[in-house]
Amino acid sequence: MNSGPHEPEGLEKDGLRRFATIWSRAVYPVTQTSMTRAELEDYLHPLAVRLCDALHAHPFSPAVGREVGSALVAGHCTSPDALPHLLGVIDSYLVLYSRDPESSTLDVDEARARCSRLQHAIAAGFTQALRDRTLSEQESLSRAALAAQTAVEEALHASETRFRAVFNSATIGISIADMDGRIRDANGALARMFGRSEEEMRRRNVNEWVHPDDAPQVWRMHRQLVRGERDHFRVEKPYQRPDGTVLWTNLTVSLLRDADGEPRYQLALVEDITERRLLHLRLRYEATHDELTGLPNRTLFAERLDRLLSASGEVKRFGLCYLDIDGFKAVNDSLGHAVGDQLLIAVAERLQSCTAGSGHLVARIGGDEFAALVTDPSGPEEVTELARQVLAALATPIGVDGRELSVRASIGIVEGPSGDLRPEEVMRSADITMYRAKDAGGNRYELADPDSDARAIDRHSLTTRLPTALERDEFFLEYQPLIRMSDGHVDGAEALVRWKHPVHGLLGPDRFIPLAEHTGLIVPLGRWVMEQAVRQACAWHEERSAEAKAAAKGGRGAKNGKGGGKSGKSGKGASEDYRPLRVNVNLSPRQLHHPDLVPDTVAVLEGAGMEPSSLCLEVTESALIGADEDELKPLRQLAELGVEIALDDFGTGYSNLANLRRLPATTLKLDRSFTQGLQQHPADPADVTFVEGIVTLAHALGLAVTVEGVETEHQASKLRDLGCDTAQGWYYARPGPASTFQKGFAVTL
Amino acid sequence: MERPAWAPQGIDLTVPSVSRMYDYYLGGSHNFEVDREAGRRAIEAWPGLPKIIQANRAFMRRAIRFAVGEGITQFLDIGSGIPTFGNVHEAAQSADPSARVVYVDNDPVAVAHSRSVLEGNDRAEVVSADFRSPQDILYSAEVERLLDLERPVALLLVALLHFIEDKDDPWKTVREIGDELAPGSLLVLSHSSADEGPMRNVGGGVRDVYRQTSSPLITRSRTEITRFFDGFELVEPGVVPLPRWRPEDVPGTDDPLLLSGYAGVGRKAGRVG
Repeated sequence: MNSGPHEPEGLEKDGLRRFATIWSRAVYPVTQTSMTRAELEDYLHPLAVRLCDALHAHPFSPAVGREVGSALVAGHCTSPDALPHLLGVIDSYLVLYSRDPESSTLDVDEARARCSRLQHAIAAGFTQALRDRTLSEQESLSRAALAAQTAVEEALHASETRFRAVFNSATIGISIADMDGRIRDANGALARMFGRSEEEMRRRNVNEWVHPDDAPQVWRMHRQLVRGERDHFRVEKPYQRPDGTVLWTNLTVSLLRDADGEPRYQLALVEDITERRLLHLRLRYEATHDELTGLPNRTLFAERLDRLLSASGEVKRFGLCYLDIDGFKAVNDSLGHAVGDQLLIAVAERLQSCTAGSGHLVARIGGDEFAALVTDPSGPEEVTELARQVLAALATPIGVDGRELSVRASIGIVEGPSGDLRPEEVMRSADITMYRAKDAGGNRYELADPDSDARAIDRHSLTTRLPTALERDEFFLEYQPLIRMSDGHVDGAEALVRWKHPVHGLLGPDRFIPLAEHTGLIVPLGRWVMEQAVRQACAWHEERSAEAKAAAKGGRGAKNGKGGGKSGKSGKGASEDYRPLRVNVNLSPRQLHHPDLVPDTVAVLEGAGMEPSSLCLEVTESALIGADEDELKPLRQLAELGVEIALDDFGTGYSNLANLRRLPATTLKLDRSFTQGLQQHPADPADVTFVEGIVTLAHALGLAVTVEGVETEHQASKLRDLGCDTAQGWYYARPGPASTFQKGFAVTL
Repeated sequence: MERPAWAPQGIDLTVPSVSRMYDYYLGGSHNFEVDREAGRRAIEAWPGLPKIIQANRAFMRRAIRFAVGEGITQFLDIGSGIPTFGNVHEAAQSADPSARVVYVDNDPVAVAHSRSVLEGNDRAEVVSADFRSPQDILYSAEVERLLDLERPVALLLVALLHFIEDKDDPWKTVREIGDELAPGSLLVLSHSSADEGPMRNVGGGVRDVYRQTSSPLITRSRTEITRFFDGFELVEPGVVPLPRWRPEDVPGTDDPLLLSGYAGVGRKAGRVG
């Protein structure tokens, strides 16, 4: 039971402690206090003391009872059920345990009466305190509820204020519309963007804001949003302002739903991108237009061409005029860039006048190149007609800076069905065709044709292959004998270069020498040819010397048997030991003007240990036409060294015969066109006279004459009769490899 | 729906509040008819409820005295409700006048009332925050002002976690708060359970009542409740029915009603600095 160490000593003596124990035990189960029972007992003990004192007081007053009742409530005995237990213990035990042996003057009846009155007072005090407490707790709770509500309202207000401030001061435009599109609220930023007041904005309906430049999907997405099928979308959208200008925006529309998920409002966030868009358009314009002429530039042209060629269905054909001004560089160089620019501007204007209203695109592709793109022409005629008009429009001289400049241009035309060619193929074809027009004299147009394109492309591929071909040893030489007409012996050989192309097979010099000449590769190629040829001539010479010695030691008679006892033969044979076979090598105009020609040639000769006179350089007559003394100087130096110089293709150019005297040539190579007439029998008398004249002239000037293209015996004997010194042609031998070259070759005369 | 932190919680006085019902069980009058009505129905379903609440209250007072005995003078009481007689700060400050207490509740009425009760007490304050947003509690101005988290704190989660549903992962939140406390801190926890006692049979009725309040009641097993002490070392006698946690009176025959809730105290492991 209650025997804790905190219990006061002498419990039996202290009746009130005993009373408090009984009291707490009776009351504890009906309280809601969080005190332990012992704590409750400690709490009740002083109350018991007060009650005891009141019981025995003189005069008696029950007032303490009220205070005890109040204290019980304060001690958390607040349940109405607690009261009967509280009073029951007092009724039964208070008088008993509060007997004071020293002053037991109180009789029992009086004590019981006083105890009853104390209980009445306790009940009253308990009730009063419980009522007060209940009212005060209710009041404090109400105040708390009110305070909490006020706080919530204030917070809501603050939040609303904050939201309002965000809404009002946002630089982004915000509007909230109901699901019918009526704008319920719009902020100042939006109103300013639209150039209207906020009140005006609230009278608007978003469905009115259709603009002709709306992206096609805008209103479809909007309908989906209104139906609740989409929660937001973002587009670039234009709006008409009341002042007639257009507002371009980044528009984000979001769907706001209620608690049940039903669409309630549409929220629009609007960002003004008008200036950004203008800037973008300007940059785009600048990126796609030529600054000088204001025409669309190559970029825009390429885009349009691309679109036109890929436009399946709508557009069936396309046409392209690719124009390059003839001799524009000369204008720039002689009159200056300012004049050149003025000319380009004028050309641009004329081109535009030709295409005005037709919807054709005229662009400046770059430099002095322009292009006109024709959409869906009826056929090539429409495009060639445009080219004619353009040339006609340019024909009238253009006045620039006080000068009248006549403009000529070359136009390449490509026309065809869309979808067949890729843009780069079209542009290449146009370029090739334009150059064809230029090569044909300029100031004209040409229509693209696949064969020409193929040839040009072929040329191109050969040209790009040339440098590697030299590295990879794809070139080789053939030799065609040169026959001395006096005795039919081989005098020498012309070296002819061939290209064993890995794809195209064996190619003759006519296929690649012009390309090599054009690219400059002719210089290393020519040096290589000279080296090879000279080395070969040396090899032959050594072979012949060896053979001649062997013949001298051995049976000389065997060789002389054929000569029919001509005693001079043996002497001749000995002199042939001195004189090696001559090798003829072609020299192109570019090589001729190359500063290293003389040292290179000398190096080659010295490297091989060959006499200069065993090398003959063939130079075309046309390459020397108009050459001044400076240009002739390298040739002259070589001639002085002893190198033979032959004038190739003589008679095809308009050479000044008087000029022949100052040229360092040693031989004239008569063009094959003069010898053709001698194939007939009888020979064409005009040709005979001509050849006779040239031979006489040449010999008078100390020049030897070589004829080419000798194909028949008749022709050969005629030419010998006419006094030609050496001959070359299929009649004697076709060009062949060095290995099959018969150095002892001789024809029977 | 998620609401931003600065958007105030609304007050709906037509919905029973668990903290005012709690006050009603404890014989207080800080409640409205709607709370008393719900309270009466809960008691009808489970007549022993007020006694359990009383036992819970008594456990809390014992635990506070234990904490003060361990030298802890900082208290963080989350889910403090309406300050009724025998509150944490009364119990703690009567044991050690220097004790400091921060109350936390998400019921704006309870917070407002606490504020008026605590007026003039410069060692106790109340924070309006939710257990489920622990950062709002730990970084509140009140906690910063009154509590030194570098030193041990008694974290009181008394009769709170059975109002937090599994989907809000209360274990994770307890761990998050525990991580912020200094070693030696105490976790004081009580929780309703249907493992033993009459809750097994009547629990459904009580849960029905609570389903209509702002916070539905979740009963959990002793194992689940013990898991809240992960990262803490349980002090004797471990997780036990409410009245059996370090009773001060001579133990009488346990009212089977009082087995409907578990209580325990754990100490955060690690070096006490």
